[in-house]
Amino acid sequence: MNSLSISWALAAAQTLIFIAAAPLMAGWVKRLKCHLQNRAAPVVWQPYRDLAKLLKKDVVLAENASWLFRATPYIVFGATLLAAAAVPLIVVHLPTAAIADLIVLVSFFALARFFTALAALDIGTAFGGMGASREMTVAALAEPAMLMVVFTLSMTVGTTNLSAITEAALQAGLVLRPSFLFALFALAMVAVAECGRIPVDNPATHLELTMLHEAMILEYGGRHLALIEWASQIKLMIYAVLTVDFFFPWGIARDFGAVSLGIGIVSGTAKIMLLAMLLVTWETVLAKMRLFRVPQFLGFAFLLALLGMLTNVVLETGG
Amino acid sequence: MNGGNAVPLFLAYAAIASTLLSGIVSLFAVRRHPGFLHTASFLFLFLAGAADITAGGWALLADLTLTDRLALGLPWLQWHLRLDPLSGFFMVLLGTLVIAASLYGPSYTREYTHGEAPQPLPPLGVFTAFFVLGMQLLLLADDALVFMIFWEMMSLSGYFLVAYQHQHAANSHAAFLYLLLAHVGALVILLSFGVLAAFGGGLTFDQMRAAQLTPLWATLAFACAFLGFGTKAGMVPLHVWLPDAHPVAPSHISALMSGVMLKMGIYGIVRIIFDLIGDVRWEWGVALLVVGTASALLGVLYALMQHDLKRLLAYHSIENIGIILMGLGMSMIFLGSGHPLLGTLGLVAALYHTLNHALFKGLLFLGAGAVLYRTHERDLERMGGLIHRMPVTAFMFLVGSVAISALPPFNGFVSEWLTFQTALQAPTLDNGVLRMIMPIAAALLALTGALAAACFVKAFGIAFLGKPRTSHVARAREVPMGMLLGMGWLAALCLVLGVLPMPTIEAMAPITRLLVHTALPSATAQSWLWLTPVSPHGASYSAPFLLLAMIMVFGLGYLFLKRGARPARRCYPWDCGFGQLSHRMEYTSTAFTQPIRRVFGAVWKVDEAVEITTVGIGPIPRVTGIHHHLHVQDWSWLKVYLPIGSLVLKTARRIGFIQTGSIHTYLKYSFGTLILLLWVVSL
Repeated sequence: MNSLSISWALAAAQTLIFIAAAPLMAGWVKRLKCHLQNRAAPVVWQPYRDLAKLLKKDVVLAENASWLFRATPYIVFGATLLAAAAVPLIVVHLPTAAIADLIVLVSFFALARFFTALAALDIGTAFGGMGASREMTVAALAEPAMLMVVFTLSMTVGTTNLSAITEAALQAGLVLRPSFLFALFALAMVAVAECGRIPVDNPATHLELTMLHEAMILEYGGRHLALIEWASQIKLMIYAVLTVDFFFPWGIARDFGAVSLGIGIVSGTAKIMLLAMLLVTWETVLAKMRLFRVPQFLGFAFLLALLGMLTNVVLETGG
Repeated sequence: MNGGNAVPLFLAYAAIASTLLSGIVSLFAVRRHPGFLHTASFLFLFLAGAADITAGGWALLADLTLTDRLALGLPWLQWHLRLDPLSGFFMVLLGTLVIAASLYGPSYTREYTHGEAPQPLPPLGVFTAFFVLGMQLLLLADDALVFMIFWEMMSLSGYFLVAYQHQHAANSHAAFLYLLLAHVGALVILLSFGVLAAFGGGLTFDQMRAAQLTPLWATLAFACAFLGFGTKAGMVPLHVWLPDAHPVAPSHISALMSGVMLKMGIYGIVRIIFDLIGDVRWEWGVALLVVGTASALLGVLYALMQHDLKRLLAYHSIENIGIILMGLGMSMIFLGSGHPLLGTLGLVAALYHTLNHALFKGLLFLGAGAVLYRTHERDLERMGGLIHRMPVTAFMFLVGSVAISALPPFNGFVSEWLTFQTALQAPTLDNGVLRMIMPIAAALLALTGALAAACFVKAFGIAFLGKPRTSHVARAREVPMGMLLGMGWLAALCLVLGVLPMPTIEAMAPITRLLVHTALPSATAQSWLWLTPVSPHGASYSAPFLLLAMIMVFGLGYLFLKRGARPARRCYPWDCGFGQLSHRMEYTSTAFTQPIRRVFGAVWKVDEAVEITTVGIGPIPRVTGIHHHLHVQDWSWLKVYLPIGSLVLKTARRIGFIQTGSIHTYLKYSFGTLILLLWVVSL
């Protein structure tokens, strides 16, 4: 087996690990949150049980659902899966990173969102329309902030390739770059909005005043709902791994040896678990904000990313 | 004619002849065999389109530059014609859209003869032919005279096409506004040619290329060209004619106008600035970048507020022209600061987007026309559920929507990705301010893209999904085959250009070699699978792999989950226990964009009021009616055009006082003028 096929096999394995581990992370987040809020916690693998249950269930469709409604879960899951394939989880230098760079990754999320919003409008209920409208508004504000973060990183590194950015962050070592600090905060805020977490959206509610993402998928059931839920778990994991890769990449494997792969797995797990703790603390101390406060929240994220970019231009590259 | 392979030029002439024939045939369609001759007119148009693609594609791929002189017009002013890769590229674009329109047209125009208010077809056919002819010849023009003649021919026949259904007052108003701004634009273009001709000592483009301009005069020529062609392309704030004119033309003409006529403005900018003036300055690029960013953002924000489907699409043309101008602007900034390779990248991004926009906007206009054809509706608030009644049209419109929203794997994404990659090369610039404004422009481009996605979720979702909002929409049928073919042709090209960006970019190499004397070498060094604009180590994107992976993932998921699964059960959607859901409970287009209207409130002049009429007094009066009134206006119309209009009227009234109507006064004026002239002559 030559190194090319090893690297492709590793890429495939990493993607499988990625999608297999995503519900585990969701379970871990839920468990921590319950503990922090003095509630009885479900076991960590509860999301797997939920997914298995949903996959087994029959699908019930609204009478006027079109083919688009039925195709959307597959499109959403597929796009999220492909996005996950491009993100270095355990090892850098994978061939999949060259297929899709960071901008493609962002547009995969946009593709998934586009179809989710369309499916929400398909049945013609007011809930779906409301969810679609709000989600697209929030996304319109989150996407420029996200790309501003991408620009800040890639202007420092000179590429939008995910492996290359991670590699550059590794080589730079522990240097405190002000631009990266700004980008880190901005990315965290965008991730919260994009994954539908508190304070932008509440994933655990079905109240009309608080729903964004949940309102869009209200009409789904069975395997369709399973795919969409799974995709949103993968998306949360992708944002967590992106944060780790860009800002704390130490430990990730740089070659395909067994030892370094092992270190990569252990360190990756540890870092994501820590990050989940931060997320849970953040979600517990904050309350869900009004919809029309969200633009200010995301505007602040954009401003932070912009400051990061300006710091990069003014301070770091020299003028 | 110079030696070598002159076949492409003959093919271009054949295309022109075929277009002329199409016009002549439709002129006679009124007398005998109207149906047959009408179809024949579109057949000739189809042949013209095919010949244009062949001629343009040949010149482009074989990197040919062919010139010819025709002894037409005035004896001492011959017509200079030239077909080079740049005009070839735009000719391919023109031919592609002409083919789509000619497939779509025969069925679509039948509506005008069989509808409630019959319209004569010959004017439509004749002016369509003149319109296409104007564009074909202005692409071939190699001197300012020919260019301006056919530029005017395109603009004037465009006027008649916009005013085709002139019985509606709005249409003639739109046509007048179009004519006015087209002529202001043409005058400014003439000034630009004037500057170049004065320095070059002649009207031919060769003389203009050789002209040695001082920076001041070059900037003046640039500014005039930019303003003039920008008016035609529809950049902000010279865009006001566009959202009025494009929707009221017949839909296949709207597709040609948005798809090709606007691109002639882009052609003019590229031809004059990159080719004739040549020595590009980065300051000009900044102007293009700023105007382009403003056009992109404002275009999409105005589009979001529309609920007339064709008007919404017209505003999106402004947005996309803005994106093209951004690419050109960044290209000029890099070229002017001595980075030819990155300048080439920006130019390729802009030209790629030009082609893409022609394809998907043409497709979307044809789709909107199909809906109009079957439902007689342009208002989104009265559509709904069309995906069940017109499935193929809905699919085509969906392809166009995904492409224009810059989502993979379609073509819109590739050109926006290239534009982003160009912007990300900003750190190579020495000027700190430039290093800053380019990423900010790119971030605004990201905002534009996200808003465009929101707008097309709205357009597609409200029109095609949900429940029908009116009874005639609920009875709509699928459109005839010809119209589907026209849309299918463009939809297929949207996918091809999205999946095979590398061959497309390689095909564009002769243009960049012609204009900036470089091509993208790192792009061609890789195989056709990989799009690596700057270097193989930097950013890369592999659309074919992506499509393959997408098909695999979707296919596997579908097979894995559908196999053995019981068929989905159908039932009523949950109605919260209030009884049957009706279309009145659906989100409307206005409701969909309400959050965006609130977030970006300052961009429009929003006039919104809710009137509640009640009966009875006391703590709980009975509500008899709720009326929501919303009027969204364009600031540029209120703040720029209306003041200019009223100033012109006021001045005219002032001057008007010398018009007394008495013959004695006019004799006095003549006498005074004569004396004045004699005095001037005697000086």
